[in-house]
Amino acid sequence: MKRSEMTRRTLLAAAAAAALGLGSGTAQAQSPENVLIVGQIAEPKALDPAAVTAVNDFRILMNVFDGLVRYKDGTLEVEQALATDWTISDDGKVYTFTLRDGVKFHDGSSFNAEAVKFNFDRMLDENHPHHDTGPFPLAFFFSAVNSVDVVDPMTVQFTLNAPYAPFLSNLAYPTGLIVSPTSVETHGADVGRNPSGTGAFKFVEWRSNEAVVVEANSDYWDGAPKLEAVVFRPITDANTRTAEMLAGGIDLMVEVPPVSLSEFQGDAFTIHEQAGPHVWFLILNAKEGPFADVRVRQAANYAINKEAIVNDVLEGTAAVAAGPTPPAFSWAYNESLKPYPYDPDKARSLIAEAGAEGAELTFFVTEGGSGMLDPVAMGTAIQADLEAVGFEVAIETYEWNTFLGEVNPGLEGKADMAEMAWMTNDPDTLPFLALRTEAWPDKGGFNSGYYSNPAVDKLLEAARVSTDQSERARLYQEMQAIVQEDAPWVFVANWKQNAVSSDRVGDFSLQPSFFLLLDEVTKK
Amino acid sequence: MAGYILNRLVSAIPVLLGISIIVFLIMAMIPGDPATAILGSYATPENVEKLNRDLGLDKPLVQRYFIWLGNMLQGDFGRSFSLNRPVLHEVLERFNGTLILAGTSFAICSILGIAAGTVSAARQYGLADKAITFAVLLGISIPSFFLGMMMILIFAVNLRWFPVSGMWPIYGARDLSSLISHLTLPAMVLATVATGVIARLSRSAMLEVLRQDFIRTARAKGVRERSVIWRHALRAAMVSIIPVLGVQAGFVLSGAVYVEIVFQWPGVGRMLVDAILKRDILLVQGGVVFVAACYVMFNLAVDVAQSLLDPRIKT
Repeated sequence: MKRSEMTRRTLLAAAAAAALGLGSGTAQAQSPENVLIVGQIAEPKALDPAAVTAVNDFRILMNVFDGLVRYKDGTLEVEQALATDWTISDDGKVYTFTLRDGVKFHDGSSFNAEAVKFNFDRMLDENHPHHDTGPFPLAFFFSAVNSVDVVDPMTVQFTLNAPYAPFLSNLAYPTGLIVSPTSVETHGADVGRNPSGTGAFKFVEWRSNEAVVVEANSDYWDGAPKLEAVVFRPITDANTRTAEMLAGGIDLMVEVPPVSLSEFQGDAFTIHEQAGPHVWFLILNAKEGPFADVRVRQAANYAINKEAIVNDVLEGTAAVAAGPTPPAFSWAYNESLKPYPYDPDKARSLIAEAGAEGAELTFFVTEGGSGMLDPVAMGTAIQADLEAVGFEVAIETYEWNTFLGEVNPGLEGKADMAEMAWMTNDPDTLPFLALRTEAWPDKGGFNSGYYSNPAVDKLLEAARVSTDQSERARLYQEMQAIVQEDAPWVFVANWKQNAVSSDRVGDFSLQPSFFLLLDEVTKK
Repeated sequence: MAGYILNRLVSAIPVLLGISIIVFLIMAMIPGDPATAILGSYATPENVEKLNRDLGLDKPLVQRYFIWLGNMLQGDFGRSFSLNRPVLHEVLERFNGTLILAGTSFAICSILGIAAGTVSAARQYGLADKAITFAVLLGISIPSFFLGMMMILIFAVNLRWFPVSGMWPIYGARDLSSLISHLTLPAMVLATVATGVIARLSRSAMLEVLRQDFIRTARAKGVRERSVIWRHALRAAMVSIIPVLGVQAGFVLSGAVYVEIVFQWPGVGRMLVDAILKRDILLVQGGVVFVAACYVMFNLAVDVAQSLLDPRIKT
């Protein structure tokens, strides 16, 4: 009996040792040179630019496809991409693009005016033979487009139903990326799993729930990329993503949780930061209750300690917001705006002036959601600051989709304030959809707090139809000053996107657009 | 026996129909619709309405249910909008992952649990019993996501013995040894709680049996102690251990959700969580019905095994 037990123990020990040996053998295998492994936050929905909405998917798409125009490196200003030149008619309604010669899609077919027309017709024309490869949830970016016409093989013309200044920056957005018509005809609804574009990297394979692999396009019109291949790995759990980065399983990770940043101090890793076109704010119900009085809305802006929120709750991963437009839109940003200072005394006197002492506030908080950062902790900090100046704040917390279902139809009769965050590609988008009188929820907009100021309405409408960028900038800057004074929101934070790269990765930088551009990146 | 199995299979039909109705209604009633989830910030009533129409969600509830059921009976589970591929492909592929993980865990917890419980019972109040009881309590009390993170930190990040996550290496061969190295940590974590429960119940089942007359008879006949315990007593105790295994198999399957999330294991649990958050109605419905069907089959298998082992249980 004794002897046989010994044998069994020895066997167990041997099995354990074998398992460990196996483990160490494969786990330590290093990823090859010139192949970048990127930790993504989720499995992509599809690799069809017209069909997706998530930044996570855009990060892959921007490397496989090109648009007619793109954002200049490090800015949110458009420059040439597949279009080498364009003219805009005097009435601002006709855009004529000259296309880049000699560009081929990865599947070998040629890029030309027909291909451009095919792409926009597929999205916008319900009778197009391939409209059923949708749905195309962001097609409304191009709802101003009346028709797309082929002038000659290398010239294409867009006719809009009204002047629409954000048109060019919408073309630079992933929804405007150009897909090979041949790939759509060949694969139909499965084109999202068989993408073919003109970009720096060619699609190789998509192993569900494991990885999307792309390889260098040596014929890329803008110069072949330095990497041989990129592997995008979906790792939804932020802690696991951090562990993979520490263990060397990935070379680059995006959206590092603030609390994990301290793990990456030291020479083995580089932390990248870039403020983006994002604003995190509180919608205040300007229609009813205490926030109907502008003094109380301003008081809320004074009462909340935004410095403490960005530094302590968000660990420095955001900057304090001054107004409705993020500074990342540098050409349209009003530099003279200073954020509301943290001044509880001033808040108390404004509240007293308005006779709103001890007002009870209902505050909608979300548990998570796109661009919402750390909404529960932020909501709690805000609640404490508002209670310190004499409000009674009751928080109601909702899961993200439920939250949107409560907030988007308007706060009337439900709440005095709600958290919200937006990330946009043009300074027009957010104020136009969420601050105009015509954007009240009953009219189909996102002005859930019912703010209304005719001066702001006029400025926003004028900025939308002007095709002169400096004129638009002036109008937006004036709008920001008025909105800051009217305080329809509490302006809280502008998120800084972050990423961590290992010491094997070179020449990587984040873009203000939050897209991930990898054609210049190296890995040793 | 064949009649019994057939009978049970027929009685599973109303169960599965009921489940399909419940999951359909839950997905229809939870706040937030798929269009809002897809559009995020851009969910204007107009955009939502158009997208719902494109997704076929504008039809009346009852009609939608019967369309779904009818298609499903013909083997068409529909198309997941969040993954843009057929639901059945995704579910089968993911179920394969879960089966490997949960199956391995189940084997680990059954063997370790029964062995530990038996040793414990044989040495009641001895040192081994106390050590096992302590370890079991510890195992039952640690939440699996926490244990998972700790295991990753120690064995994958610091010692680098195992990979952090996933089921296959991103580079290198997809062979058995790479699968085992990816599987070891999640399977151990998933097995921990169930091992504890099985060990405790095996111990009491064994103690019960060891007090019975036939054991005393066996010992009196001079049968060796080892044989008394492992051959005579354990076999009798298995009758009450097997139903516990059946229940634990269910727990291992549902516990797989947490483990799959922590270890990024491509399984059906993580798929369902993602699908619910994205309001991917067809994927949730199809996945739940599929898992429920498997669960029903598994319970049937347990009952059959039990009746084979104990002729007193009538089939």
